[in-house]
Amino acid sequence: MIHGDQLQVPVSAESCSQGQTPGDERALDPERWVAEYADALFGFAAARVREAAIAQDLVQETFLAALKASQGFAGRSTERAWLFGILRNKLADYYRRQNREVPLADLDAPLPEEQGAFGDRGLGKDGWLGRMAPKAWETPDETLVNKEFQGVLNRCLSQLPGKVALAFSLREVEGQPSEEVCKDLGVSPNNLWVMLHRARMGLRRCLEVHWFGNKRKHE
Amino acid sequence: MKTILNCRHVTRLLSQSMDARLPWHRRLAVRLHLLYCIWCRRYAAQLQFLRRAGQQLAAQAPITPAPRLPDEAKQQIAARLREALNNPPAPPR
Repeated sequence: MIHGDQLQVPVSAESCSQGQTPGDERALDPERWVAEYADALFGFAAARVREAAIAQDLVQETFLAALKASQGFAGRSTERAWLFGILRNKLADYYRRQNREVPLADLDAPLPEEQGAFGDRGLGKDGWLGRMAPKAWETPDETLVNKEFQGVLNRCLSQLPGKVALAFSLREVEGQPSEEVCKDLGVSPNNLWVMLHRARMGLRRCLEVHWFGNKRKHE
Repeated sequence: MKTILNCRHVTRLLSQSMDARLPWHRRLAVRLHLLYCIWCRRYAAQLQFLRRAGQQLAAQAPITPAPRLPDEAKQQIAARLREALNNPPAPPR
């Protein structure tokens, strides 16, 4: 589940770079750190991984790394931005480890979200199959702000594989540049566009079935 | 150079073109395909719609309240940090 407000924490990469001056005494108070930042860090992480337990581990790892590197906190950025910078690196590490389990998409084979959408033999090979072909959508601007529509969109998003949904959220909901999404998720540009393509293909289909196909019921 | 594209190709390229500019011959081949394929034309328009819908989601208040870390977990983390602070060097992770 993506929580809108947690996707908005802007943190620059420099915020966790090494500095010359040691952090002050305040920087070494674990209880204060936990009290002040644990919820925010946890919310940020929880919006980006599937399980709360993983998010919790990432928060702890972040604090531990911060403790070790507290000399590196130069006071150039705020303590908060510094901690978020470390958390982002931890998240990228986490996704890199995950990548080993998720095989890179083989573009010669149909992607999961394309399953059944295109013909697989004969004259119609790789053309839309009639039943699955995009239908005409009526998309007045009011649809975009319709709460019910947004609920359907969120549900469709949550049905995508976690990382595919996350790629879409970071790119299209949060509006991050592709390069940054790649960095956050620890994937190559090529891998990112495959994930975005899968997300768009899956969401389009899901909206067609659950919103545009049912529109009369909503009106 | 491939100038005749099928729908599977075109949908992939349309998605790619949302994030980066395609090489000119690809753009041409996609345009050519869209001239005669109503389905891929709809697909292209729907990708634009998805983008606007995503942006609109961001503009809305969060649908669910922000999750909070349970107090017990906070105490655990604080204890772990205290331990690491009192016993340097902390174990590397």
